[in-house]
Amino acid sequence: MAFYLSFKEIGHSKGRYLLIAMIVALITTLVLFIAALSEGLGSGNREYLEKLNGELVVFQENVDLSIGASRIGRSKLNAIRRVEGVADAGQVANSSVSVIVPGRDPIDVSLFGVEPGRPGEPPAFEGRNLGRARANEVVIDERLVRLTGLAVGDTLTVRSIQGTKEEFYDLAIVGATDGRAYFIQPGIFVPYLTFEKVKPQGENERGGNGEYVSNIVAVKLDDPAQIDVMAERLETVVGGIEAVDRKTAYEAAPGYSAQMSTLSTQRYFTFLIGVLVVGGFFQIQTLQKVAQVGMLKAIGASNRTVALSAIAQIVTLNALGVALGTAGSLALSLTFPPAVPITFTGDAVASAVIALMVIGPVGGLVSVFLLLRVEPLVALGLAQ
Amino acid sequence: MSEALRADVVTKVYGQGANAVTAVNQVSFSIMPGEFVALVGPSGSGKTTLLAMLAGLLSPSDGEILIGGEPLGELSEAERTRFRGRAIGFSFQSNNLVPYLTALENVELMLRLNGKLDRAGRVRSRELLERLGLADRMRAYPGQLSGGQQQRVAIARALIHQPSVVLADEPTASLDTERAYQVVETFAHLIHEQERAGIMVTHDLRMVKYVDRVIQMMDGRLSQIISDRAEIDALAAMQSGSVETPAGATQAEDGDNGNGGGT
Repeated sequence: MAFYLSFKEIGHSKGRYLLIAMIVALITTLVLFIAALSEGLGSGNREYLEKLNGELVVFQENVDLSIGASRIGRSKLNAIRRVEGVADAGQVANSSVSVIVPGRDPIDVSLFGVEPGRPGEPPAFEGRNLGRARANEVVIDERLVRLTGLAVGDTLTVRSIQGTKEEFYDLAIVGATDGRAYFIQPGIFVPYLTFEKVKPQGENERGGNGEYVSNIVAVKLDDPAQIDVMAERLETVVGGIEAVDRKTAYEAAPGYSAQMSTLSTQRYFTFLIGVLVVGGFFQIQTLQKVAQVGMLKAIGASNRTVALSAIAQIVTLNALGVALGTAGSLALSLTFPPAVPITFTGDAVASAVIALMVIGPVGGLVSVFLLLRVEPLVALGLAQ
Repeated sequence: MSEALRADVVTKVYGQGANAVTAVNQVSFSIMPGEFVALVGPSGSGKTTLLAMLAGLLSPSDGEILIGGEPLGELSEAERTRFRGRAIGFSFQSNNLVPYLTALENVELMLRLNGKLDRAGRVRSRELLERLGLADRMRAYPGQLSGGQQQRVAIARALIHQPSVVLADEPTASLDTERAYQVVETFAHLIHEQERAGIMVTHDLRMVKYVDRVIQMMDGRLSQIISDRAEIDALAAMQSGSVETPAGATQAEDGDNGNGGGT
């Protein structure tokens, strides 16, 4: 009976109900795009560190875990390698350069200098890993493959600013790795001595003793479960360094936490708007049909029937809106260029959809409560 | 034959202490199956409040109401709701029909509420609407029907589930004279034919010519019961072209729709 009344009413006022379903669909689109943007920006900022093949990331002490500010020399790297419990350690240097692709604007990328075969070097899923420490070769992020169409075997031209001069380097693409972006830029990986050619370090950066200096050190442990113990041991034994896990490292990236919390706030506010819009619509709807509900109760419809009918309407319209919004968002995302940092992941979409499925009934609770309070006496004009 | 409806010294008081208003004061009467009764009286006489108590929508402050021998006061609210759906038929002054159901669906609604909508019920619903002259309007929505047609659909809905008692609140309020006569005449005919007990609250005394008895209310009390056919006809005839009650109060606008304590 409740479902009969519910669907009859929807069928009779299709336009009105489709309108609210479309509003829910738009809210769904907004929520999903914020979630996808959050995921896209988040992964674009943390991908390299998140997927690092080492449990600990070592920074210079007192640099607020800033990769750009951190400097670690070879002597410290060797000291780290000698600490008991360290399986291996690799130096990682980072800078920003541009990739020159004929016929289009230069693309900014994160250049990483890594030690071939050591932690910090990403595995190539296509082609091969880096070879010698001085080879003019590069492994590129799949994002760059999508953006430029470059493939293994091609030559990549890198533009590097050295002082006030532009220098260009040709590097042979020997492999492609999965998404390894950092700072919303695709990652490209060269052997650390090649990095030194592309981004030569000044004497000041070398600490005056001429040793090669990297930004961070990726540390692989004998026992990955001993992260906290090993971080403390490294800091104590080596000195002048700060060792943290990967999550702490990428969360410390400049602006990362602020960006994520801003997007989360936007998402929660959109949910709140959804609750208010759906709640407001059904509340107005309820107020408009007080007399009709009173009549239904007078002729024998129970509170359960009336409430169930309203809940069925709310759930149906909400589900329709969420389904339309989800399908629309996913279809729309296919039209976005790869440069837009939008990433739809199953988890993010599922959690947003579940939350959206809940907001409708939550928003409609007030109207259900109002319906339960309608007196059948209104049918005789004896109550409001 | 046992009484279809009995009101036993029924009183309704709104408010308490110095603010107490007695809307219905010690009213007693009974109605037999197949009997059609008009409940009349000036505005504020308590007739709508009495109707609400007879329908189980309002509990008496004192006294008892029995429908088909069942004391309404002994039923819980949920039981009273189910009882209304089963044993009482309603026709209201306004907002009578569900706007998103067709005329036929509105009639069938009572059978659905009682879980009795089967093939026979569907056939009966159609036949009843046909008898009420709505054969070609069954698929129309209330918004597409005239006031008279809507009232006839409401009458069909009030009778389709074969209730013991049929209650009509000002069924002719929004109709012109000719349509009002047609509606009440049809209503009376079906009440008699199906042997239901019918009560019609009306401010229009011309309509009493179709009823078997007139119960007149005044200041919450039952002031007069007219059972004599000649007296009833005389009352109706006297009112033709006028809407004054015998008590002299103007009845052109019988609101009875105050704020819960009006009548």
